[in-house]
Amino acid sequence: MHIKTELAERHTLAVIVDNEPGILARIAGLFTARGYNIQSLTVSEITADKAVSRITIVTAASPPVMEQIIAQLERLVPVHKVTDLTVAGAHVERELALVKVAGTGDHRIEALRVAEVYRARVVDTTTSSFVFELTGSTGKIDAFVALMAEVGLVEVARTGIVAIARGREGA
Amino acid sequence: MAEHSGADILVEALVDLGVEVVFGYPGGAVLPIYDAMFRSGRIRHILVRHEQAATHAAEGYARSTGRPGVVLVTSGPGATNAVTGITDALLDSIPMVVITGQVPTGLIGTDAFQEADTVGITRHCSKHNYLVKDPAHLGAVIHEAFHIATSGRPGPVVVDIPKDVQVATATYTKPGPIQHKTYRPALQADPAAIAELVDLLAAAERPVLYTGGGIINSGPAASRLLGELARLTGAPVTSTLMGLGCFPASDPQFLGMLGMHGTYEANMAMNQADLVVALGARFDDRVTGRLDAFSPHSRKVHVDIDRSSINKVVRVDLPIVADVGHALEDTVRMWKARGHPRPDLTDWTARIRGWRARGCLDFPEAEEAIMPQRAVKALWEATHDREPIITTEVGQHQMWAAQHFGFELPNKWLTSGGLGTMGYGLPAAIGAQLGNPDALVIDIAGEASIQMNIQELATASQYRLPVKVFILNNEYMGMVRQWQELTYESRYAESYSDSLPDFVRLAEAYGWKGIRIEARDDLEDGIAAMLAHDGPVMVDCRVAKLANCFPMIPSGAAHTDMILQANEVSGTMDDEARALV
Repeated sequence: MHIKTELAERHTLAVIVDNEPGILARIAGLFTARGYNIQSLTVSEITADKAVSRITIVTAASPPVMEQIIAQLERLVPVHKVTDLTVAGAHVERELALVKVAGTGDHRIEALRVAEVYRARVVDTTTSSFVFELTGSTGKIDAFVALMAEVGLVEVARTGIVAIARGREGA
Repeated sequence: MAEHSGADILVEALVDLGVEVVFGYPGGAVLPIYDAMFRSGRIRHILVRHEQAATHAAEGYARSTGRPGVVLVTSGPGATNAVTGITDALLDSIPMVVITGQVPTGLIGTDAFQEADTVGITRHCSKHNYLVKDPAHLGAVIHEAFHIATSGRPGPVVVDIPKDVQVATATYTKPGPIQHKTYRPALQADPAAIAELVDLLAAAERPVLYTGGGIINSGPAASRLLGELARLTGAPVTSTLMGLGCFPASDPQFLGMLGMHGTYEANMAMNQADLVVALGARFDDRVTGRLDAFSPHSRKVHVDIDRSSINKVVRVDLPIVADVGHALEDTVRMWKARGHPRPDLTDWTARIRGWRARGCLDFPEAEEAIMPQRAVKALWEATHDREPIITTEVGQHQMWAAQHFGFELPNKWLTSGGLGTMGYGLPAAIGAQLGNPDALVIDIAGEASIQMNIQELATASQYRLPVKVFILNNEYMGMVRQWQELTYESRYAESYSDSLPDFVRLAEAYGWKGIRIEARDDLEDGIAAMLAHDGPVMVDCRVAKLANCFPMIPSGAAHTDMILQANEVSGTMDDEARALV
C-alpha cells in the first residue's frame, strides 16, 4: 500500500480576525491539525485601534478541502470573516522583498542594471554591497532573486503575500 | 464600587450563571479559588480523585441535565490530566467550562513549578480558550465562556487564570445578554431551504431520517418535534450512537442504530434510500463505512448548526445551517400548513420489514456462560420502567448496550462516542447522579475500561451517590480481541486482561457493595440484588469470554457488506483495510 495525495489548487484567503493573543497560533495550528497546507501567511493590524488584523493566507487544496478550510476558519471564535480572493474574482497580490547583494566591479554594475529593469530601489549601500527593495508578484521577485544569484546574492527577506480584491467592494 | 479578588469575582460570576456543582481537584495554583468557594458556600464542589474524572463527571452532568458542566483544576498536571476529557467533550459537543489555575503571570514562561502552557495545549482540543491576565476582565470572560460553551454547537471552553490574577482585586458587575463581536451562531434555517426539505420529504419514496447527538443537544423539544415529523411523514428513523434516545427505540418506525455496529435494517435502509435527512449528525466514519458506497441512490439533506460539518465527509444536495430543533419546528409547521397527506410508503416499509426479519441482533445462547447480550437485555428488563440513565465505557460492552438497551427518552444515554475514551463511564455516572439525584444511574462497563478511572469509586462513596457499575467481564479488551480475530488471524497481542482485581472485594474496600454473577440462573437475582441496595453497587458479571459484537461492517467496507454472524469472519484483511481505524 502507498500513501495517496490529492490534487490541489492554489487559493489566496483574506482572514479578518480580532487581534487577540494566540490568534496566529490558533490559525496556524488549525492548518497543521487538519492537515492543510500553508504556502504563505502574513499578518498585520489594519484598524486605528489595533483591534483587528488581516491575515493573508496562500494555501493549496482540492475544492472540497478548500470549502472545509474556509468553514473551519470561520468557526474560530475570533474570526470575523474569511474571503477566498481567488474565487471572489480579480485581485492584486504583492510581496515585498529585501535583497542583499555583495560584489564589486562588473557584478556591482550588473546588479544595479537589473535592479533598474525590475524597478527595485536601493535602500542601503556600502562600497561592496547593496540592499534592494522590490515589490511585485511572487513570480517577479523569484525572477529577480534568480538573476541576483548570478551577481553576488547574499540573502533575501520576503514578506509573503498580501492581497486585496480589485474594484470598489471590500473583502 | 467595592473591589473583590479575582477568585471572589470568579465565584460570584459562577453563581450569577446558575452554577450549582463544580467538579474539581485542588492544588497550589487554585488555592485562592478554593478558599473563595469555601467562604462563599454557594457552590457545591465535588472532589474527584483524578482530574480526567472531573471532566467526564462534568460531561455526564451536562449530557443528562442539559446544563453546562463545570470543572476546576490546578495548573500543570491538573490541566494536562483534564485534556482527555476536554477533547472528549469537543468531539461529542458537550457544553463544559474548565477553569484551570496557572502560575503567576510573572512566572509564565519560566518553567515554573507545575507550569504547563495550558492555553497552548488546549487550543485545538477546546471550542475556545482564554488566558486571563487582569481580574477586571475575569467576570466578562467567564460569562462569555459559558455563552460560547452552551450556544451554537456546544463544546468545552477553557479559562486559564494565573494565581496572581486570582488574588489581585477589581470590580465586577454582572453583564447583560452577550452580543459577541464575531461569534454569532445561526439558529434559524433559511425558509427556502426548509421549503425544499418539505418538498423532498413529500416526494420521497424511500426516505430515512438519520438522527444524531445534535437533537439531544438542542433540547427535549427537538426530540418531540422529531417524533412529530416522523409521524407526519411516515419516514423511518435511524440514529447514531450519540443520538440514541432522541427517538423511542420501541417505536415501529425506529430502525435502530446505524453504522459499524448498527442494525441490518438501518444500514440497508440507508443504502437503498432515495432521501436521507441528516439531523444533527455528522457522517462519522463509524456511520458511513466505505464512502464511495455510502447511500449511493439518495438525495442528501444535512441539518447542522456547525457549517464546517456540512460537506466535510459526504457531499450533500441540500445543506441547512441551523439549530436542528428550530429546523424541525419550521419543517413540521410548513408540512402542516401545506396540508401534505402522510405519504404512502407501503413498499418501503415492506422492504424494511424484510430486512428486520433477518433478526440481526439475535445471538446464539452459550451452553453455560452468560452471553453479554443476554446480560444487557436482562438489565433492560429489570430497569426500563425506572427510565434509567445508562453510561458506558468504551468497547464491546458499549456496543452491546447501544444495541440491546432500548432508549425511549433523550438525555438517558451517556457514552464517549467521538473520542472513544475508556474510563468515561464511572465518572460520567457520578456526574449524572449528581444532576439527577433520584434517577437510577448505571454504568455498563467492561473489566478493562473500568480500571482506567477505578479510583472514582471513592468519589461516589464520599458523596453517597448510589451509582451502579455493571461490568461485563470477559477477561479481554474485547473489541481489540475482536479486531485481532478479524484482521490478524486471532493473534491476541496484549488484549488479555491479566491480573484482574477481585472486583467484589475491591468494591467493598471502597465502601461499595460488591456482587458477582457467574451463572446464567443467577443473572436476574444478581441484578435484583444490585437494584435493591440503597447505595453504590459494583457487579462483576462474568460473561462468555469470546463473544463478538455483531452485526459489524468491517472498516473500509460498505453498508451492504455487513458481517452478521461469527461464521462469516474471515480472519485477514488487505493493507488498505488494515490502515483504516
